[in-house]
Amino acid sequence: MTLTDLANPTRFLTLTGRLLPWLAASTALLLLIGLYQSAVAPDDYQQGATVKIMFIHVPNAWLSMFVWGVMSLAALGTLVWRHPLADVAAKTAAPIGASFTFLALVTGSLWGRPMWGTYWEWDARLTSVLILFLMYLGLIALWRAVEDPSRAARAAAILTLVGAINLPIIKFSVDWWNTLHQPASVMRIGGPSLDRAFLIPLLLMALAFSLLFLTLHLAAMRNEILRRRVRALQMMQASQRSA
Amino acid sequence: MSLGPYASFILTSYALATVVVLILIAWIAIDYRHQKERLRELDAAGIVRRSGRSAVDIR
Repeated sequence: MTLTDLANPTRFLTLTGRLLPWLAASTALLLLIGLYQSAVAPDDYQQGATVKIMFIHVPNAWLSMFVWGVMSLAALGTLVWRHPLADVAAKTAAPIGASFTFLALVTGSLWGRPMWGTYWEWDARLTSVLILFLMYLGLIALWRAVEDPSRAARAAAILTLVGAINLPIIKFSVDWWNTLHQPASVMRIGGPSLDRAFLIPLLLMALAFSLLFLTLHLAAMRNEILRRRVRALQMMQASQRSA
Repeated sequence: MSLGPYASFILTSYALATVVVLILIAWIAIDYRHQKERLRELDAAGIVRRSGRSAVDIR
């Protein structure tokens, strides 16, 4: 099966039907292992047990940006190849990405209160992630406001690509400005600075959340394809009635 | 396992993540059921796809 075959909605539905049970089971298993490893991870010498918040905050923060990256690639697919599955991919990723961003913001806030003494600070990292969250909400609102999916697709794709400018700002905000937020400790030149006792549960949870995203995204894409099929059939029904 | 003086912050974070993930799963599962139901209704009304396949045939 080639990539072009997968771009066919009918073949995509067949493939997701086969893949989803395996993906869901793998996600559940990896989440259980990751949660266990997070529970038994030692306390940090400075942060104590609050370091456990990192195991859900960081995967959600990574995914908040990764999902927008996926949507940006899909936006290119919409604008350059005008493929309907590209728009389906972008539209269905947005609510999932917004949820991950919401969790990154709230868990970060809950981690910040005991460590920084404040739930919120208008510094570059926190503010740029809040902007990302608002952009997700804006895109969701745009897709909901326009009834015809093909008309919404182009506007949403342009907005997504403009919003992608925020991704390097989020990533490098801790280097470019003085922020309360700590600099990168995993994805950095010279390798991770985290101890293995924290790095392993963190990577396991990141992998589990990535699989969760893949599973939810494929399932949501299947729903959206069916929704568009329903719409097309309802239009056929309406035209048959009026004929 | 002792979570120390900030246990409420840690437990709230994990509980919130669990709730949000469960809401996402439920939303997608309910939506799937809803779309299949609408396709069944169209099929019962005799509407078939341009390919000639039944509306409920999701292959």
